[in-house]
Amino acid sequence: MTDSRNAATLTLDPGGNAPSLLLRGLRKTFGDVVAVDGMDLEVKPGECFGLLGPNGAGKTTTIEICEGLTEADAGSVELLGLDWRTDAGELRQRIGVQLQETQFPDKLTVEETLRLFRSFYRKGIPVDESIQRAQLEEKRGARIGTLSGGQKQRLAMACALVGDPELLFLDEPTTGLDPQARRHLWDLVDQLKQSGRTIILTTHYMEEAERLSDRVAIMDHGRVIAQGTTQQLIASLGAEHVVEFAVAERETNEVNVLPLLAIPGVQSSRVDAGLHQLSVVELHTAVPAIFAALDGQGLVLSEFRTHSATLEDVFVHLTGRTLRDE
Amino acid sequence: MNRWESSSLFQLTSMRFRLFLREPEAIFWTFLFPILLAIGLGIAFRNRPADVLQVGATTAQLTQALSGDKGLTAATMEEAAGTRALATGNILLLAIQRPEGVEYKFDDSNPDARTARLLADRAIQTAAGRQEAVRADDLLVHEKGARYIDFVVPGLLGMNLMGSAMWGLGFSIVDARQKKLLKRMVASPMPRWQFLASFLLSRLMLLIIEVAVFLGFSRLAFGVPFRGALWELALLCVLTSLAFSAIGLLVSSRARTMEAVSGLMNLVMLPMWILSGIFFSATRFPAAIQPLVRTLPLTAAIDALRGNMLQGMSLGQLAAPVAILMAWAAAAFAVSLRIFRWR
Repeated sequence: MTDSRNAATLTLDPGGNAPSLLLRGLRKTFGDVVAVDGMDLEVKPGECFGLLGPNGAGKTTTIEICEGLTEADAGSVELLGLDWRTDAGELRQRIGVQLQETQFPDKLTVEETLRLFRSFYRKGIPVDESIQRAQLEEKRGARIGTLSGGQKQRLAMACALVGDPELLFLDEPTTGLDPQARRHLWDLVDQLKQSGRTIILTTHYMEEAERLSDRVAIMDHGRVIAQGTTQQLIASLGAEHVVEFAVAERETNEVNVLPLLAIPGVQSSRVDAGLHQLSVVELHTAVPAIFAALDGQGLVLSEFRTHSATLEDVFVHLTGRTLRDE
Repeated sequence: MNRWESSSLFQLTSMRFRLFLREPEAIFWTFLFPILLAIGLGIAFRNRPADVLQVGATTAQLTQALSGDKGLTAATMEEAAGTRALATGNILLLAIQRPEGVEYKFDDSNPDARTARLLADRAIQTAAGRQEAVRADDLLVHEKGARYIDFVVPGLLGMNLMGSAMWGLGFSIVDARQKKLLKRMVASPMPRWQFLASFLLSRLMLLIIEVAVFLGFSRLAFGVPFRGALWELALLCVLTSLAFSAIGLLVSSRARTMEAVSGLMNLVMLPMWILSGIFFSATRFPAAIQPLVRTLPLTAAIDALRGNMLQGMSLGQLAAPVAILMAWAAAAFAVSLRIFRWR
């Protein structure tokens, strides 16, 4: 776990393109709880940047400081080259915000809500176009109380976009949605990325971070513990495959991991509730050797599977916990 | 998009209006409840019209003579039937034609029956051609404004202005805060003053309907008087509504949940329901607590409304309650803007 400051410096753009978002030494405490503990972050224009971490990692506090909703205790925040303390009015015109768990009034219609939000911005996209982009044409005249979770979330997205923002914040955009609604929302984010907007999103779903983000920062306990592209982060594991197995009657049968770690290609091992995980480089040679080693210990397998390493494995590797532990 | 539609103040105010109109319960409490209450009280405390007395007569000629008096209704009946009707209280008096003249049969211990005797005799004598020795004319007086319904209508108006302003602001603001809508709006470039101004604007527009419906009904159904200038009455309603909107804003400026704001609202309104003279005069409370009673905004509002409607007092004569209302409005606005929780 290296100092996050180093990680940030690595991503500095030598070309001198002013970053869309620049955080330096950000800190925020609520009473005794340290929510953000020295964050540095830099997001380039046109980039889709993902903040990935478990619940309580400080993602929402960080993003709300960036949105000008919460004041940091220490550190600096710069958006589009502007500062909240001096340019708040200008910044609000130029950013778009989707908060976690906003409930729009049930008795307003989709169109009325968008007209309301459109009226707050000097310039923006026509309401009709925003309805179309969010694929809510059929629900234009429907009251919000009658919308599904996915439709409500698309409306929240449309409200964030109606001012045609240069910088868009999405806080856990798909939490609580079913898989189909989630994919639908991902498609919308893809379209936004193509239009060249800078997007910053938080999520505790590693699939979402992998699918949408150009770069990802993994957060834990108010700090960035790793950042880079998905490929870079997975490559940092030193092994691109994960083997998971469990043995029959695991209460009585101890697995001796030393012979397993001795197998060429096996990088590391951990146990979580009886499920063993090995990080593996050369799957085709390592797997037969693993079978043989376990057989040699007189153990019978009850489960065995492999998958390509994901951001989840990166998180597990760095923290010893899974993203959904909390 | 035309100019109106692109104005955020217009959009915010229309949102408030729409949300109100789409809430059937709110419409009931704001518009119908005060009318139902006025009807109920009007019936319970109505002043009965002068009674018309039922009498009987044995000939058609007598009946016709008796019917000449507005205070009597007469029916022709046989003497035996008439006696039975007397005994059962269906008639108060029976006029019987005798060869020598007219005989009145009635119970002289019943005041109504004695009145019927006087009226019946006068009617029959007049019909027979009696001339009055002294000319006498009636000048009838039915004093409007001295009845209970006249007293209670300004009280109900004040109570309604308090309730609709406080609930209207308090619930909507805390609801928006609880649902994180307030936070979402603050994250947009919406000017914050417009958010609060939209509540006041929609309140003032609803006020026009609310006051017109209630006072119009009171006028048509009960003939409640409007002795003061109507524009001054309108101004008093606006001032009352502003003062209670400010108090509603103050009550809701920190609360995070509906339960919290409901409790606070009741805490603020309950003393005024009791002390401010909605249903009976606030002067009935002991002298020791009169200074407190007098400074309550609802007491000031109701005093001013009664002064205007019942006594025809001008704004100048109502300076004291008007000053109290303005002080409440200014103080509550100032404090709530300082402590308002925007997220």
